[in-house]
Amino acid sequence: MSNLNEQMADRYKNNFLKEIEEQAEMGEWVKMCMQCGLCSGSCPTHFHSGWDHPPQEIFMLIRAGKREEVLNSQGMYMCTSCYNCYVRCPRKVPVTHVMHGIAEYAYRIGRAPKAQPTLHLSKTFWTNATKYGRVNEVQLTQSLYFKDGIGSGIKKAMEMQKEALGLVMAGRLNPMEALGMGHKCKDVSGIHKMLAKAEELEAKNKAAKADTAGKE
Amino acid sequence: MARKEYAFYPGCSSQKGASASNYLVSVESMCKTLDIKMTEIPDWNCCGASVSYAESGELPRHVMNARNFALSEQNLPGQTIVATCAACWLGARESKERLEHSSGLMADTQAALKEAGLNIKVIPEIKHMVEVLIEDLGYDELKKPVKKPLDGMKFAGYVGCQTNRPFGIANESFENPMYLDRLIETVGGEAVPYDQKVTCCGGALAFSEPEKAQAQIKDIIESAYDSGAEMLVTPCPLCQANTEVYQGQINKKYGTKFNMPVLYYSQLMTLAYGGSAKEAGLKGNVIRATKLEQFAG
Amino acid sequence: MAEMKTAAYLCKGCEIDKRVNVAALAKIATKEGKMALVREHDFLCSADGVALIQNDIDNEGVTHVALGACSRRAKTEAFNFPTVALSRGNLREGVIWIRPDTPDAQETTQEMAEDYVRMMCAEVKTMQVPAGNQKTGTIKTILVVGGGVSGMTAALEASKAGYKVVLIEKAAALGGWAAKLHKRVPTREPFKSPEDNGVADMAARIDADANIKVYLNATIAKTSGSPGRFKIDIAIESGSVVTEDVGAIIQATGFTLYDANKLPHLGYGKSPNVVDQAGLEALAKEAAASGKPICRPSDGQPVKSVVFVQCAGQRDASGEHLQYCSGYCCNVSIKQATYFKDSNPDIDTVVLFTDLRTPGNGEDFYRSAQNRGVIFSKGVVSEVTANGNTCTVQFKDLILNEDTAAEADLVVLATGSVPTSGPELEALADAKRAAESGTEETKNVVLQMMDKSVLNLDYRQGPDIPHFKHGFNDSHFICFPYETRRTGIYAAGPVRRPMDILQAQEDATGAAMKAIQAVENAGLGKAAHPRAGDLSFPTARLEGCTQCKRCTVECPFGAIDEDEKRFPLFNESRCRRCGTCMGACPVRVISFENYSVNTVGMQIKAVDMPDEFSEKPRILILACENDAYPALDMAGMNRNAYDPFVRVIPVRCLGSVNTIWITDALNSGYDGVMLMGCKHGDEYQCHFVKGSELGRYRMSKVYDTLKGMNLEIDRLMDMEVAITDMDTLPGKINAYAEQIKAMGPSPFKGL
Repeated sequence: MSNLNEQMADRYKNNFLKEIEEQAEMGEWVKMCMQCGLCSGSCPTHFHSGWDHPPQEIFMLIRAGKREEVLNSQGMYMCTSCYNCYVRCPRKVPVTHVMHGIAEYAYRIGRAPKAQPTLHLSKTFWTNATKYGRVNEVQLTQSLYFKDGIGSGIKKAMEMQKEALGLVMAGRLNPMEALGMGHKCKDVSGIHKMLAKAEELEAKNKAAKADTAGKE
Repeated sequence: MARKEYAFYPGCSSQKGASASNYLVSVESMCKTLDIKMTEIPDWNCCGASVSYAESGELPRHVMNARNFALSEQNLPGQTIVATCAACWLGARESKERLEHSSGLMADTQAALKEAGLNIKVIPEIKHMVEVLIEDLGYDELKKPVKKPLDGMKFAGYVGCQTNRPFGIANESFENPMYLDRLIETVGGEAVPYDQKVTCCGGALAFSEPEKAQAQIKDIIESAYDSGAEMLVTPCPLCQANTEVYQGQINKKYGTKFNMPVLYYSQLMTLAYGGSAKEAGLKGNVIRATKLEQFAG
Repeated sequence: MAEMKTAAYLCKGCEIDKRVNVAALAKIATKEGKMALVREHDFLCSADGVALIQNDIDNEGVTHVALGACSRRAKTEAFNFPTVALSRGNLREGVIWIRPDTPDAQETTQEMAEDYVRMMCAEVKTMQVPAGNQKTGTIKTILVVGGGVSGMTAALEASKAGYKVVLIEKAAALGGWAAKLHKRVPTREPFKSPEDNGVADMAARIDADANIKVYLNATIAKTSGSPGRFKIDIAIESGSVVTEDVGAIIQATGFTLYDANKLPHLGYGKSPNVVDQAGLEALAKEAAASGKPICRPSDGQPVKSVVFVQCAGQRDASGEHLQYCSGYCCNVSIKQATYFKDSNPDIDTVVLFTDLRTPGNGEDFYRSAQNRGVIFSKGVVSEVTANGNTCTVQFKDLILNEDTAAEADLVVLATGSVPTSGPELEALADAKRAAESGTEETKNVVLQMMDKSVLNLDYRQGPDIPHFKHGFNDSHFICFPYETRRTGIYAAGPVRRPMDILQAQEDATGAAMKAIQAVENAGLGKAAHPRAGDLSFPTARLEGCTQCKRCTVECPFGAIDEDEKRFPLFNESRCRRCGTCMGACPVRVISFENYSVNTVGMQIKAVDMPDEFSEKPRILILACENDAYPALDMAGMNRNAYDPFVRVIPVRCLGSVNTIWITDALNSGYDGVMLMGCKHGDEYQCHFVKGSELGRYRMSKVYDTLKGMNLEIDRLMDMEVAITDMDTLPGKINAYAEQIKAMGPSPFKGL
């Protein structure tokens, strides 16, 4: 995957702003930020650990061409999708989506931080949701708990045992789902074909842009 | 014929046996009283939710929602899609907006849908259940069937994020939306003012960054307690789950003694309309709403 | 002159008669006020009531009218009797509306009303009908000094309104700085693309305008006279002098750029590739003329990267450079960045700013530049160094909080503007004093300063318009832009505050309008703003004058000169009728026909003074008629009650308050005196600019007198009141009244 990273860096000749504009969803908004910082001040995860770069800084870093610092940042993954920044931005920059877009791009070209828990959740969730078309909550929870290995998973599961039992008792968690007996769509194969096509088209579109940039 | 008919998109958490199944039970009871017919979109699929952003990419996420649009329009032509889950509503609305504003994205989406034998002619309107209540029916209509007003009960209307931002409910402010308070008052309860009405519960980060999310949840519950609320009321399954399920962990970590039931607005309405504890899905609350169970008799 | 016949009219309308005993007031007007004729009327401002008064004037020989009704600020159209002296007793806003309608309050409310009737009677007997300024000048031509965008706009606007204009420009062509611009910041929807600078079009319109006479390569050698009859000696190119007669003057002398040579640390002078904004405009013009892209001066190669440094030598807290923001430079840098991006989107274009300020519709333009790919970074530049054909810009990135650097082919410094406002008058006066018996050197200092003079006024108070802050001409920027401290002379454009072209054009239009008002009022012998239309003017009883010169020095408008015998010489049409001279005069020889030491003094004395055992103190309020008095009226309109023991007398300005009023009031038994005037100092709101400041300075002397009289200094209270204080004012009056009550009665009571 680092190949892709090098390809992209090469194609965009280190014009990182352009790279983000063309390759990240909503990346074309980065240049419109006016550095007021309202997004950073509105973020609920503000000042928590791991928040190395708030959105305002991410925007600035991109414009300053600091490619590695942005792609490696944990900042984007602190997003809870609360949309506070989005509705408050005086420039109407869709900050939430820009953060998601940059995170997705960093991950796509293999430069996202390793063992990022929210990134892991994102992967797990999508894989789970698209496997049968609907989310299997038990398997989702299991795979999240056991991401760091069996020992850690059991510990976490034990910690949450009371809560899980509560949900089961309340009829809100179906243990049968663990066995793949849970919710699923009928036309799973249609969904898979459809998604394969979508992924193919998306990859093609992004590659075409990079190729154009590379020829300039 | 019912007075209103909608294409129902329950979403992954609100289906039977899922984490918000009690939401589903109470919505069904509430709709029965209000004479609203909800027909489930056949074979609907997951919206992708916000957190899948990194893995899903752009087009696949919209395609997932587009499949639901196509199925709805094909099987329930002309009907507005109604979601009960804030994330489903938001995801669907976002895809609708993007697809309608980008012909390129739409063309690619159609190409992908074709693989599943589907296509989109027109994208249906999309509403959250709350919009159906206050826009299509109105507070006056919602008040009419009230048989047992929830007199003397104090609720903190917890609006949270995704029914509020970025789209929100028409004519409400992002910073202090009033619709949930008005719904509480419509069924006779008291909506207490408190600071954390639109604070984020952490959303999906409750899984991946539990400490951060629980710190936010603590702020929300604490503020509700301090303002004299007995129960929290929400319109969102993830808000409900996060604020309810983690109270025990928070108590352990912070030495608090939270034990505040977290209800859906539809549960309150069902009870006020004279519904039973079972019809309101009260059994589904992990932190039992004893006061409401007694009220339901 | 006809024999004085007085008449008092008492209105019973607006529930005055329900709240006070009007018959008792009539009795007071007759017995104590000694009015020859006293009438009550149910509705005095009605056609019937007005006709009653007019009939008495026409047929009964009434020459002095005292109206006991509403505030003097109300019903002025109905109560307009220009042929008689007129006083007003404020029974409505000043009494019944500020007192509660309760049985308890009835007695003190009645007493208040009775005093106001006594006061209006006393006042009117000391008044005369103003005759108007007889020495009027009727010249309507308007002089515009400066042929830049501000001056050209003022000339065109005045001409459009039908007035002749003389336009003087020191350069060889019209256009000023704007003519040097390759393009100007957009002025029209969608505010995305720079526009033609517009100078050629304006100059052509001026050429074609028969109303406008232009002198190029010309300066003013001397300005004398006053509104309506200024004489301007113009030094023209040939070295000779021509004289023009004008009625009013608009000073639109604009600005020069802050000298970038003072910024060597930003590379200016060290590399030809560091230019100021004007330098970049010249490069852009040159490029456009030759059809080439903008090139580096060092080697003529096309610019591939450019950095704009905002606030270069501006907003400088150290005081070494300009301390202010020049207002236009951010938009200009945005515009100049588009020169590059529009010719080649691949040119790296970076704007380094601390706060991007984009007045007008600049925000749209800013976004359009961002859309073009101009990079805006929040950063403070510490140094620009030259290395061959490129420059290194060292700066601190304020968002990322790190020291960093950018390489550029070209660096543009936004250096801002310095007003062309003439010498600072106090510094000039000091220099003149130093030169009086001094060396060649000190005399040269004066000559150098005088060389900067724009107007060369022959006024006693100096050759130019006084400055405010940072060398800009004082022009009452808070309340009345364009109004300078020289009547009939108006400042427009960046000479009075920093601004851009669009603002300067609006400014020039406003100044043209003020100049037109000035020539029209001067022709009628009337005052200009803010007492527009006032026919009174000050006169001095010269036999009592001690030639102390306070009036000539203190007049905020330079209206008073000295005659050959060193007596004050009033230039009525320069006078704004504020009365500052009257307040200043230690021997009280200056007065207006309808406003004098007597008109106020007799009101002070007319108030009934209860004895020290009555527990009814009396507090005199002298309230500025511009802000404080309307604020008190508005308190009445809002029915906000205040203490019944105060008696309010409006004054034209705090500057007109003569200290004799204060000492007389305290001597005659008042327990306290409140002065209400406008804010003074750097953010002054005084309608007469310096009046409230001078008045307050004088009052500070009264405190010594109080100590001499063995009185508590708190018996005199100076309060700053703005018109917006109507809600808080009653509370402040009440608090002061409580303080006075706690202090006990004045020892002078009953003496």
